[in-house]
Amino acid sequence: MSLADSMGHLLAFIARLITGAQGHWKGCPPAAEQRIYIANHQSHFDWVLIWAALPHELRAQTRPIAARDYWTASRFKTWLTSDVFHAVYVSRTRASPDDDPLEPLLDALKQGDSLALFPEGTRSSKGEPQAFKAGIYHLAEQFPEIPVIPTWIDNVQRVMPKGEVVPVPILCTVTFGAPLHLQPGEGKHEFLERARAAVMAQRPSAA
Amino acid sequence: MNLLSTLKHMSASDQIARLFLLLFGVLLLVSFGAYLYALRDRPLERQAAWQRNWRRFQRDLRATWLGACLFWFAWISGAVGATLLFAVFSFLALREFITLVHTQRGDHRSLIVAFFVLLPLQYLLVGTRTFDLFSVLIPVYGFLALPVVSALADEPQRFLERNAKIQWGVMVCVYGLSHAPALLLLDFPGYQGRGAFLLLFLVLVVSVSQIVQALASRALRRRPVARRISRSFSMRSWWLGTLCAALVGALLYWITPFKAGQALVLGFIAACAGSLGGLVMKALKRDAGVRSWGNRSSITGAVGLLDRIAAMCFAAPVFFHSVRWYFKLQIA
Repeated sequence: MSLADSMGHLLAFIARLITGAQGHWKGCPPAAEQRIYIANHQSHFDWVLIWAALPHELRAQTRPIAARDYWTASRFKTWLTSDVFHAVYVSRTRASPDDDPLEPLLDALKQGDSLALFPEGTRSSKGEPQAFKAGIYHLAEQFPEIPVIPTWIDNVQRVMPKGEVVPVPILCTVTFGAPLHLQPGEGKHEFLERARAAVMAQRPSAA
Repeated sequence: MNLLSTLKHMSASDQIARLFLLLFGVLLLVSFGAYLYALRDRPLERQAAWQRNWRRFQRDLRATWLGACLFWFAWISGAVGATLLFAVFSFLALREFITLVHTQRGDHRSLIVAFFVLLPLQYLLVGTRTFDLFSVLIPVYGFLALPVVSALADEPQRFLERNAKIQWGVMVCVYGLSHAPALLLLDFPGYQGRGAFLLLFLVLVVSVSQIVQALASRALRRRPVARRISRSFSMRSWWLGTLCAALVGALLYWITPFKAGQALVLGFIAACAGSLGGLVMKALKRDAGVRSWGNRSSITGAVGLLDRIAAMCFAAPVFFHSVRWYFKLQIA
């Protein structure tokens, strides 16, 4: 086992110790097929939680998206994102106007990898997710056969609120819903709204 | 009684061997018997009810096996292992408690103090047998420290309520439960190295009271005392459970430093504290609007750890301090 693998095991263990990271597969079973997971984004911990909730076999081929400028800023960050999590890097700024920021994501999907992304684009501290960015629509348009899995991560904002560094042990759940597909003729706005509603529908109803 | 007094005068290791033989023997018999019983043919219309009961029984049996194995593990690993084991239990139980009482942003620092300062410190004190500080760390120093940290977070809204929740969690899950390993390490004159039996005595007595009470309430169907909190808690089933537990305690006197009469009374006290504590925890669950601790476990049907150990969290400190006070044990 390489150092990166051990680091991955360690992080998954810590995530489980602190949050339980229970995966609830409500709308689909965990399966070794190509998927795009879309989830609400409340903390830096979100990706680790999804990753720890996935069965071990699915982790290596499920890749997060990382902002290149932030996550390659130091050697440790680079190592963590590339070696441990196999992240797909995207640039937040375009070098030239006809540069497609989605290019690396499309390449990853062509290779057959699954992606996990947070379509809000940034962390939100309110209860409800913000409006989704259009990227997910373009992915669904170019790869209509890949199921989009709406995912809700619950409670994680209590584990590590913005601005705190030490996480507090509180149980979290990751709920995976029924797969979505882009309907023929469905517009961008409709699809984004539908996806956002589907993500919010996975929120556990218990008070 | 003759047999029991022979048992009392055996060497500790002989007693342990017999106890574990008994414990695992009974468990094996029950598991095997249940397996044979499950093979029996049943009429179709009773299948659904049977399936439900069977699943519940299996779940409880598995938990008992796990408990027995953990107890055995605690025994062979000695004081350090037992203390660590209960520290982990405390951590998991407090995690379940805090999850369901809905703390807020301003509580973050207090929670860090609860999880990463008070909890390890309390178990460190148990492990080093510093029993004088151990009994006051949380009720005295923690009582002040938690609200101070909370006040420094500059969030006045619902201050009392938020702090009460955290302090309750720490008292029940950390302070209460830490008395279980403390029993292991309690120094009884003429009873060195046998603390594990005191803990076993407590666990057995409390479980007997819970089991008998549950069976009695199902069989008797008496009017519940507090319907909105527990539909199964009735005075008669409570008395039955507690008295049976006291009787079992008296029969187990040979593993303890007590005489038979003392064992009866102490068993009664422990069972009393355990079953009433269980009722209190039920009230807390009703308040939070859930059926069991553990995160939304109703989906999977699993029960949280806190459901299993709630009675112990209340019984252990009461039992510990009753024993210490009655036998005037030195704690320093």
